[in-house]
Amino acid sequence: MKELDLSGLSDRQLAGRILESIRSRLERLQRPIRLMEVCGTHTVNISRHGLRQLLPPHLHLLSGPGCPVCVTDQKDIDLIMELARERDVIVTTYGDMMRVPGSRTTLQEEKAAGCDVRVVYSPLDALAVARENPQRKVIFYAVGFETTAPMAAASLELAVKQGLRNFFMLSVHKTVPPALEALLTARDVALDGFILPGHVSTVIGAAAYEPLVRKYRVPSVIAGFEPVDVLRAVDMLLAQLEEGRAEVEIEYERVVTREGNRAAQEVIAEYFVPCDSVWRGIGKIPGSGLELQPRWAEYNARVQFAVEDLLARLPEPPPLTKACSCGEVLKGAKLPPECPLFGRVCTPAAPVGPCMVSSEGSCAAYYRYERREREVAAR
Amino acid sequence: MCLAVPARVLEIQGDMAKVELQGNVREVGIRLVPGVKEGDWVLIHAGFALEIVDAELAEETLRLLEQMYREGEEEMEGRP
Ligand code: SF4
Repeated sequence: MKELDLSGLSDRQLAGRILESIRSRLERLQRPIRLMEVCGTHTVNISRHGLRQLLPPHLHLLSGPGCPVCVTDQKDIDLIMELARERDVIVTTYGDMMRVPGSRTTLQEEKAAGCDVRVVYSPLDALAVARENPQRKVIFYAVGFETTAPMAAASLELAVKQGLRNFFMLSVHKTVPPALEALLTARDVALDGFILPGHVSTVIGAAAYEPLVRKYRVPSVIAGFEPVDVLRAVDMLLAQLEEGRAEVEIEYERVVTREGNRAAQEVIAEYFVPCDSVWRGIGKIPGSGLELQPRWAEYNARVQFAVEDLLARLPEPPPLTKACSCGEVLKGAKLPPECPLFGRVCTPAAPVGPCMVSSEGSCAAYYRYERREREVAAR
Repeated sequence: MCLAVPARVLEIQGDMAKVELQGNVREVGIRLVPGVKEGDWVLIHAGFALEIVDAELAEETLRLLEQMYREGEEEMEGRP
């Protein structure tokens, strides 16, 4: 049996040599380069390993809309609170959603006030809750990108097989390529390349980005999550820029293929259909959401709980706080410390915006790993 | 939220498998990795195996990287 030894991917010497290569490429390019890491897990790892500080100052790494919790629309968050207040309902969702501020409360506060809200690690756990509570209606609040959507679909498949009639799904799943296209067309930020998400790409495959990359001629590399992975992806992007190429390359070859995970794609297509979706900070993006297929309407919380009426009754959510810059942070237009609330009013203990709540939010990552270094640097 | 962690597949039972995940044994769904075998490395996300990790390729890549960047360095040193 083969061991999986990834320690070499944190090797300092190797990282140092890749950094050398990055430096000489930058010298040859002779201009500042702005790369966006789309995935929240990359953001966290870049912060945690201090990669930003290692890279030359005119190489900018911007975080993108890659944290599913952070980009969930305010209205979709308010909606799940409303559903949680219904008497016979149990809401199940991933832990990161609990503290995200809705217009008035959070799911955690709703829970403290007596609503039945439960954190699950997997949608399979939500099925178990439904089996154990046959008298109650169990709603799984399904958040996530293409990485997470297949798990929701496979769980729904099980619910159907097992004839679970008290299990419902409220899907706010989102898909990454349409959001990248929206960023590229909006032109709020000039980007020289994308560090593409490793696990989203595991599912959809490199080929899914090819039309986009060709159309906008933006160099793109799918990266793994170890320090050497990220540095190598940066080096590969700079090589594309130097050579005037714009392609989708795979750095995370040990997991990602061109076609992606067929079984995962099939189960997504069986249960979900693309729909328009509103992203915090970006707005409505055509075809960027996943809604349940009409033939699974019995399991669709949107259909079974008259959600449209609920939504119509909900007051327009107030703008977060005027000073919260989440919208700009999510587009890469601002770095977290550039938000006037960062670290003063807004902290992980008292978050103002979702980017400070989620463990993968850019503001939370900066607060956790890079604040002290900045303070020291400022002194 | 798209975090996925490597685990070794211990035992396959239908649509589920026992895996060793950071020292603990857990049950995960293997619906998304039809070709999985006992002994394989998989990435776990939200209670399911998301993909099989090519452990040989991981090793191979690392070797290539060592070579590539070392050679790059020598080349640079050789430059006037
Ligand atoms: S620091 Fe807080 S208020 Fe500012 S953008 Fe981030 S989450 Fe929003």
